Amino acid sequence: MDFDLTEEQRLLRDAVERLVAEEYDFDKRKAYAQEPAGFSPARWAQYAELGLLGLPFPEALGGVGGTPVETMLVMEAFGRGLVLEPYLATVVLGGGLLLLGGSAAQQQEMVPEIARGRLRLAFAFGERQARYDLADVATTATAAAGGGFVLSGAKGVVLHGDSADRLIVTARTAGGPREREGISLFLVDAQAAGVTVRGYPTVDGLRAAEIAFREVRLGPEALLGPRDHGLDLAERAIDLGIAAVAAEAVGAMSALHELTIDYLKTRKQFGVAIGSFQALQHRAVDMFVALEQARSMSYLATMMAEAEDALQRRRMLSAAKVQIGRSARFLGQQAIQLHGGVGMTMEYKAGHYFKRLAMIDTLFGDADHHLALVAESGGLIDAA
Amino acid sequence: MDLRFTPEEIAFREEVRRFFREALPESIRRKMVDGRHLDKADIVAWQRILNARGWAVPDWPVEWGGTGWTPVQRYIFQEEMQQAPAPQPLGFGVNMVGPVIIAFGSEAQKRHYLPRIRNIDDWWCQGFSEPGSGSDLASLKTRAERVGDHYLVNGQKTWTTLAQHADMIFCLVRTNPRVKKQEGISFLLIDMKSPGITVRPIVTMDGGAEVNEVFFDDVEVPAENLVGEEGKGWDYAKFLLGHERTGIARVGVSKQRIRRLKELAALEPAGGGRRMIDDRRFREKIAAIEVELKALEMTQLRVVSAERQGRSKKPDPASSILKLKGSEIQQAVSELLMEVVGPYAMPYQPDEEGWNEPPIGADYAGPLAPTYFNWRKISIYGGSNEIQRNIVAKAILGL
Ligand SMILES: Cc1cc2nc3c(=O)[nH]c(=O)nc-3n(C[C@H](O)[C@H](O)[C@H](O)COP(=O)(O)OP(=O)(O)OC[C@H]3O[C@@H](n4cnc5c(N)ncnc54)[C@H](O)[C@@H]3O)c2cc1C
Repeated sequence: MDFDLTEEQRLLRDAVERLVAEEYDFDKRKAYAQEPAGFSPARWAQYAELGLLGLPFPEALGGVGGTPVETMLVMEAFGRGLVLEPYLATVVLGGGLLLLGGSAAQQQEMVPEIARGRLRLAFAFGERQARYDLADVATTATAAAGGGFVLSGAKGVVLHGDSADRLIVTARTAGGPREREGISLFLVDAQAAGVTVRGYPTVDGLRAAEIAFREVRLGPEALLGPRDHGLDLAERAIDLGIAAVAAEAVGAMSALHELTIDYLKTRKQFGVAIGSFQALQHRAVDMFVALEQARSMSYLATMMAEAEDALQRRRMLSAAKVQIGRSARFLGQQAIQLHGGVGMTMEYKAGHYFKRLAMIDTLFGDADHHLALVAESGGLIDAA
Repeated sequence: MDLRFTPEEIAFREEVRRFFREALPESIRRKMVDGRHLDKADIVAWQRILNARGWAVPDWPVEWGGTGWTPVQRYIFQEEMQQAPAPQPLGFGVNMVGPVIIAFGSEAQKRHYLPRIRNIDDWWCQGFSEPGSGSDLASLKTRAERVGDHYLVNGQKTWTTLAQHADMIFCLVRTNPRVKKQEGISFLLIDMKSPGITVRPIVTMDGGAEVNEVFFDDVEVPAENLVGEEGKGWDYAKFLLGHERTGIARVGVSKQRIRRLKELAALEPAGGGRRMIDDRRFREKIAAIEVELKALEMTQLRVVSAERQGRSKKPDPASSILKLKGSEIQQAVSELLMEVVGPYAMPYQPDEEGWNEPPIGADYAGPLAPTYFNWRKISIYGGSNEIQRNIVAKAILGL
């Protein structure tokens, strides 16, 4: 049992926290959001230089050989800064899928490019009718002559789908529209004929896209992972994503909590700091408890993210997502409440944390969705 | 004890319902249902329709255009209006400054302002809060000095809702800094076109433009714009803040939003070929709110009934209970309205005139997350929920 960081991990954390403190204050973030891509290409290049874009990849592929703990440290710092760059989409999900399911050729072609900051990916798994059900895939890839495929369908709310060079798309190669079996993953060039990308800002200031595929022709090398049995792969990548956003949420929550505590100490009403009111002290404590519960589950998610036992892994990741969703909802709402009118404004950072936390709940399934998964899998503790 | 409305009350409800069905412009109703932004023209048009029917200010005394309805009738009217769903007449005029002028204003003020409030010829806004004075309103600093036949006003108000549309602002100002803070406050009516007034918008986190800062720089206000007596402004403000009792819980609004939620849950896919309404857990979450809302409705009816018995003419602390629970319920419904669309809460879709892009996801999804964000205000404004709890603790529980 050891929750301590290694020396290297501490250095990494300090470096990323410093980077966020220096390059990601509120005004800079606002300016980055105004750039054409909706984030800062300069920061992206800097992440590449610092090795962050190769963090989870083996050294042989141009990476640093980090574990989920390193990813957690980065995401937590990014959460504090409300970082806009597509780290989750490209490095965690895209890179994760390549490492978990890619052929040697695919890995060698793409992973070093990601690490250098020259290739961006997005994982297009959601569909309008599916809500949070990963197996509900109506997009089809039918076999074509020469071993290739023809891809047709539509994907929705694809994170950073509008700035990706390549998309990784779940599609049905066999089976009925909602079966677990029969799903395969494909690498698709975002510029390919028949691909239409409609990008848009999200309510928390990031970017996403609706993407349509009309008879997009793919070569046999486009297949990523096993044909017809791609759902396990997708789920493993999503679990990496859940661990990452759990850490991001913890970063955002702790920054928001600190902001609130500062405000309680400095805002005066009735001639005293409002933090002297016991009602508010207790609320701040409840928020702190919610934060620490979330932090614990973020650690659990990180430690379980690569577990071999799929059932155990998925249960724990779902449990983490439930806790994160609930803590974030409570802490976010109370932070706004304790700020009074100031918390409601666009000009103040609290609202931006609040919005990001609300949207993290909708990523990869909300708290209700994952609570149902936990319950249906028998819960976390076996009956006596 | 009898829960039923009398036959007369039922007939009245039918009459009111029919009126809302026939008189409410469809474009306004649609915006209300969709939770989209109403512009000034919508609010003015609707209040004028109400006024033409004689129903813009039911609570006012009959001589100033009130309807003379019983508390139960007023309750029914409110409830039906919220469920139509129709916009409320502009509260700053009808429920706030109007009753203050009626109770404490001069004859000239009554004759000039009251008809204009009814017909929304003047758009009023509320200048109470200041940067340093929110919950602790009595600490306000905006200064009004008597100079000959006018007051000279200097200072700043903030969070002023819809000041950008306003013709008039009613303000709490400090006329005497030398006495106890509550006793040095006066209630002034100020023309927004006066030289020296600057309005600066504050954008809320949902992107909305509904609140403002209002700056006063040597603004001359005729002395006749003082309401009542100098130094009594605090009493008038307390009267104003406690005045509206039955509307405060917004039970009708929550009912209407729950209806909308169920409508969307029947449309919204839940994955696996099901709809959200097929999801038992989601239905239970809605039902839990419905139970709370029913209890609140009963609580509200108890308040209405007590009012009918004439038991409490003064604002009573029960209104704090209505505000507390009413705000929590509205916020809970807004959460489910965001959750119901799942990932499609995410796309940002401007709610603007002239925005013609096809919707992302369902056409109803756009306003749902922004409304959730925006409705956090309900537990902050009009006396925050913490302040309401303080009131109950003190005034009801004697703690
Ligand atoms: C959208 C919106 C519209 C508004 N419209 C108007 C308007 O048109 N006109 C107008 O005059 N004002 C308006 N307001 C202002 C509103 O009335 C104030 O925001 C409110 O009174 C709270 O004041 P504050 O924002 O300064 O918060 P503060 O008073 O600084 O409160 C901060 C936090 O401390 C808590 N707190 C304060 N005192 C105590 C205490 N004694 N015990 C326990 N907790 C306490 C509060 O509950 C809150 O959580 C509006 C506000 C909003 C958000």
